[in-house]
Amino acid sequence: MSALEISPSVREAIAEEVKKYPEPRSALLMALHFIQAEIGHVPVGIQRQVAELLGIRPIEVREVVTFYPMYHEHPVGRANIRVCVNIACALAGAREVVEGIEARLGIRPGERTADGAYSIEEVQCLGSCGTAVCVQVNNDPYIENVRPERLDDLLQTIG
Amino acid sequence: MAHEPYLLPPPGADWRNLEAYRQIGGYEAARRAVHEMAPEQVIEEVKESGLRGRGGAGFSTGQKWSFMPKPGGPKPSYIACNGDESEPGTFKDRQILERNPHLLIEGLAIAGHAIGARAAYVYIRGEYTTAFHTLSAAIQQARDAGFLGERPFGIERPFDVYAMRGAGAYICGEETGMIESAEGKKGQPRKRPPFPAVYGLWGCPTTVNNVETMAQVASILRRGASWFKTLGMPTSTGHTLFGVSGHVERPGVYELPLGTTLREIIYEHAGGVRDGRALKAIIPGGVSMPVLSAEQVDVRMDHESLKQAGTLLGTGGIVVMDETACMVRAATVIARFFRHESCGQCTQCREGTGWFHKLLKRLDTGQGTMDDLATIDRVGGYMEGQTICALSDAAAWAATGFLRRFRPEFEAHVREGRCPLPESFRP
Ligand SMILES: Cc1cc2nc3c(=O)[nH]c(=O)nc-3n(C[C@H](O)[C@H](O)[C@H](O)COP(=O)(O)O)c2cc1C
Ligand code: SF4
Repeated sequence: MSALEISPSVREAIAEEVKKYPEPRSALLMALHFIQAEIGHVPVGIQRQVAELLGIRPIEVREVVTFYPMYHEHPVGRANIRVCVNIACALAGAREVVEGIEARLGIRPGERTADGAYSIEEVQCLGSCGTAVCVQVNNDPYIENVRPERLDDLLQTIG
Repeated sequence: MAHEPYLLPPPGADWRNLEAYRQIGGYEAARRAVHEMAPEQVIEEVKESGLRGRGGAGFSTGQKWSFMPKPGGPKPSYIACNGDESEPGTFKDRQILERNPHLLIEGLAIAGHAIGARAAYVYIRGEYTTAFHTLSAAIQQARDAGFLGERPFGIERPFDVYAMRGAGAYICGEETGMIESAEGKKGQPRKRPPFPAVYGLWGCPTTVNNVETMAQVASILRRGASWFKTLGMPTSTGHTLFGVSGHVERPGVYELPLGTTLREIIYEHAGGVRDGRALKAIIPGGVSMPVLSAEQVDVRMDHESLKQAGTLLGTGGIVVMDETACMVRAATVIARFFRHESCGQCTQCREGTGWFHKLLKRLDTGQGTMDDLATIDRVGGYMEGQTICALSDAAAWAATGFLRRFRPEFEAHVREGRCPLPESFRP
C-alpha cells in the first residue's frame, strides 16, 4: 500500500485557510475536515504531514483528531451513517431507525460492511430536533424526518 | 396580537441574497453606526435595550461589551461568535445561519465598531454543513459590497468576519472551550479569571456572543432601544427563537416575544400535543435546564418567570413529552449525553456524569433501588458550583430536576422492578 499524501488541492485549501488567522494552528480543525472529505479518515501518517504544514507537533494533531467525534483515525464506511439518538430523536423513534439500518446492513454501530461501503454511528444531538429523526451521511446536508418504516428509501438515496 | 418577526424572513422571501436583504434596509444600521455613532453610544444603546444573551446564560450583552478594553491597546480585540449550537433541543441559530446570514453579519459589523474589534470569528458546529456554506457565501457578498475588509463602509478601520467549523464536541459551545477549539486545540474549557474580555482568542481581549444575540443587534440600532423594550417583558426584552420539538403536531422554530406563555407556544404555534394525547413534561430551554411538569404550562417563557418556576430559560429549546414518555428514560438519554460530552478535566464532572448514567440506566431497566435515588441527589450536590465550567452543573440540574419533578415515577420503577410505561419511546 502506498503511503497516503495530502493532495495538492487540499494543501492549497489549507494554505488559504491559514491566512484567516493570526496563528496557523487555528486552521487545524478546518484542515482535518478538508482531508477527511477527500480520504475519508485521518491516519497517523497524514497527521504528521498536517503537523508539518502548520508548524506544530504530531501529537498536537493527534490529540485533536481523537478528541473530536467527527474525525476518524481509522477508515469508516464510504457512507458513514450517523444517526442522532438524543432526546428529540429518541422521542421520534431513533432506536427503531438504528435497528432498522443495522438489520438491513448487517452491522452494528462502530462497524463497517465487508465491502467498505457503509458504517453506522450513533451520535449526539445534531441540532435538527424539529425534524427528528435526523441522519447525516458523512458531512453531507442532513436527511431529516427519517421514519423507521421508510428506511429502504433512505438507503437507496445514500447508496 | 400578531408580532411582526424581525429575526427570520417571511415565507417566500430569500434574504440570503444581499440585494434582497438591502431592499429591506439591510446594512443601513451598520453604516449609520460606523459613520455617525461613537462606540460608547452603540454600547449604551444595546445596554438600554435590555438585550440579554441568547446562548443560555442570559447575560446583558451591552454590559459584556463594556468589559472590553478601549480600542488602541497593545493587542487587537476579537469577537468570537458562538454558533456551536449543540445543546439538545436547540436548533434556532441554524435558522439564522441558513436563512438570514446577513442579519448576523450586520450585527457583527456593529459589534465590531462598538468594541473596536479587528475581526469576528463565527464558530459553527462541524455538522452544520449547509449553515457554514450559506454564511461563507454571505460573508463574501458583504466583502464584495465593501461592508467588510480593509475599509468597511469606507472607514479606515479594518474589520472582517470569518466562518470556521467545529467537529462534533458539545463542550466547544462553552465559551472558553470554543476559544481553545478555535485555536486548533482540544476544546477543554479554561479556568477563569482571566475572562475572555481580558484573555480570549490568541490571548487577546475577546467578547463571546451567541449567533442569535448578534442577530438582534442590527434591529436594535435600526429601530431603537425603546422599540426593542416594547417587545417582551421588563427584564427579558425582545423576540427570541423558540425551538419546539418532541411530541407536538408542528415542531419547528417560532419567533415570539420573550414572556409568551408555554401554553401558547405549544398549543397555538406548535399545534398542540400530537395525536390529542395528554401533556406530561416540558424541558424549557435545552436539556441542561430542569424539566417542568404539565401543570406548569402556563408559565411565561422569560428569565424571571422560569426562575420562579424552578428552572431557567437557557436556549429556549422546548422539548415536549406526552403521557407515554417515561421520565426515567428521558433522564437516562440525557445523562448518556452528558457522560459522552464531559471533557474530563474535573473529577466531579467526569465521575459524576458517569454515575448518573449508570444509576439511571439501572433504574430504567427496573434494577434500581431506593438508595440509588438518594445517590442521584447526593452526587448532584457534589457536582454543582465546583468545576471549571458549567457542564457539570447542567448535568446535575437535568438529572436531579427529573427526579425532583417526577419522583413517584422513579419510585414506581424500583417498586415494580420494571418500567411502568410500556408505550414509552426507547432509549
Ligand atoms: C457546556 C456548555 C455548552 C454551551 N454551548 C453553547 C452553545 O452551543 N452556543 C452558545 O451560544 N452558547 C453556549 N454556551 C454558553 C456560552 O458559554 C456563552 O455563555 C455564550 O456563548 C455567550 O453568548 P451570549 O451572551 O450571547 O449568550 C454553553 C455553555 C456551556 C457551559
Ligand atoms: S465541568 Fe466537565 S466539561 Fe467542564 S471543564 Fe470540567 S470536566 Fe470539562
